[in-house]
Amino acid sequence: MSSGNSEPQAEPSSWTLAIRRFLQRSLPLKHLLPDRQPVFVGSWVYIFGVVAIAGLMWVVGSGVVLALFGPQWWHQSGVGRFVNSLHLWSVQVFFVFMVLHLWGQYFMASWRDGRAKTWMVGVVIFAFSIVTAFTGFVSQQNFAGQWIAVNAKDATNAAGIGSFFNVLNFGQMYGLHIALLPMLVATLVGVHILLVRMKGVVRPIENKPDAQPSHEEPAS
Amino acid sequence: MNTDDPQARYYTGIKMIRYDLVKEFVLALLAVSVLVVGLAGVFSSPDDPAVTIQTWATTNPVDFVTTAASELAGTSGTAGYGPPYTNTADAAQAVGPIAPQTWAGVSMPIDTAKDFVLQPLGFAAVGNPTLTTALQAYGAASSDQQTTWLTNYSTALADATVANEQVSVVSGEYGPVPDLMTGLLGLARTGALDGLLLQSGNLYQTDFTKPLLFMGDGEYLPNLAADQHLTGDQWGMMNETGLYPGQTWLWLFSFWYQIPPFNTAPNTDLLVTLLMIGLTSLLALVPFIPILRDIPRWVPIHRIIWRRYYGGR
Repeated sequence: MSSGNSEPQAEPSSWTLAIRRFLQRSLPLKHLLPDRQPVFVGSWVYIFGVVAIAGLMWVVGSGVVLALFGPQWWHQSGVGRFVNSLHLWSVQVFFVFMVLHLWGQYFMASWRDGRAKTWMVGVVIFAFSIVTAFTGFVSQQNFAGQWIAVNAKDATNAAGIGSFFNVLNFGQMYGLHIALLPMLVATLVGVHILLVRMKGVVRPIENKPDAQPSHEEPAS
Repeated sequence: MNTDDPQARYYTGIKMIRYDLVKEFVLALLAVSVLVVGLAGVFSSPDDPAVTIQTWATTNPVDFVTTAASELAGTSGTAGYGPPYTNTADAAQAVGPIAPQTWAGVSMPIDTAKDFVLQPLGFAAVGNPTLTTALQAYGAASSDQQTTWLTNYSTALADATVANEQVSVVSGEYGPVPDLMTGLLGLARTGALDGLLLQSGNLYQTDFTKPLLFMGDGEYLPNLAADQHLTGDQWGMMNETGLYPGQTWLWLFSFWYQIPPFNTAPNTDLLVTLLMIGLTSLLALVPFIPILRDIPRWVPIHRIIWRRYYGGR
């Protein structure tokens, strides 16, 4: 039976559909989990970011265990001390490879061709990672943490943030360190990865005048 | 080529190869696991015990009493710190009209004489006639008289001796100050002062502002930090106790504290903080800043990174 209506049906519209279409358009699964990459990706520099993420997973995992048993645990237990050591060294690995990743991306001018947002989110991750690590160092409840807090208060007070970011307040620093800041860093890392997958990795620098580092969108 | 796919269009002319991102991540995670567990197993982590006021008063009673006298006299570092602890005039750091320390105001008011000395002694004076009398005499004296006593006593402390766990000075016009200091030293030695400086009217407490400020005003804590290369002029913010790596990523922040004009300026902390905020903002905005965004094209490090790609064309 024919309906006799040859006019095309209007596409329904809703916020949900708009988001779905945006995601389908911007981040199809083949881009989120691609099985092919441009040939220039076969370089060691691309490993740094992946290793940094692996380091972050160890940071979060060891931190969750430390938080689970409480701030006193690692001072009193051999197992706790070992978990704290895992936390310390994974933080070091995370930062070493994050910095290598950052400098690698700088010398690749990875912000080109519409990737400025990805770069900027990366720098924000770096900055918030430093703040997160700092709150961890002042939350150690040992001499190092005690002195770092006494010493650092002058910078936070001079900057006018000491009133609401009191480095001498263990409860505040510990809360920020185990909850708010890690969630922020993890979320930003997620956004960073999604931005990389949405755009794909940047093409190698071509030393031609029309291929200078730029933040312009590629011509479609 | 899929013309509907922006990535496919972007990579036009570039050979695509099979690449297993998930396998790469799993291998990276395994490698990091071996590295982290190995480092933790071999090197462990530092954990020098925190210094307490009890430790301080027991180990260096003269420094404790000297600091306590300066808290009572209002001449300590905290007493003249400025915001957020005190209203001390001209104490806040500023760079021209930029004065965030002043703008933030005194949000954690601290009266060092009352909070660090007189109030704790008030608790200790219960059932202690000598201390009660000393507190009453001190409270009844004029401000000038108190200043005279404390100035004389602080001067005499330079030649103080320690005997039988007591700090003694030569005879002089000190009023009740020696009794007050003896009482506070005794309180500190028992560990009670550590607790009294934390009390806030609530059972639960996590704010260590007062005891840390008090300890920071003395020489005992900073000297221990200097021994461990932790002070500001020793790149201390990026160091840890022992030979362990600390916050090495703060090397640039620490660097400015080592060189003029920063290390001689009265507003070093604000200058360095503003500089680092500026540099971090520059780093974030590199994609939009000529020269900074062009350096990667001029410096041929990218030729090394992509050498196989360039060589294969």
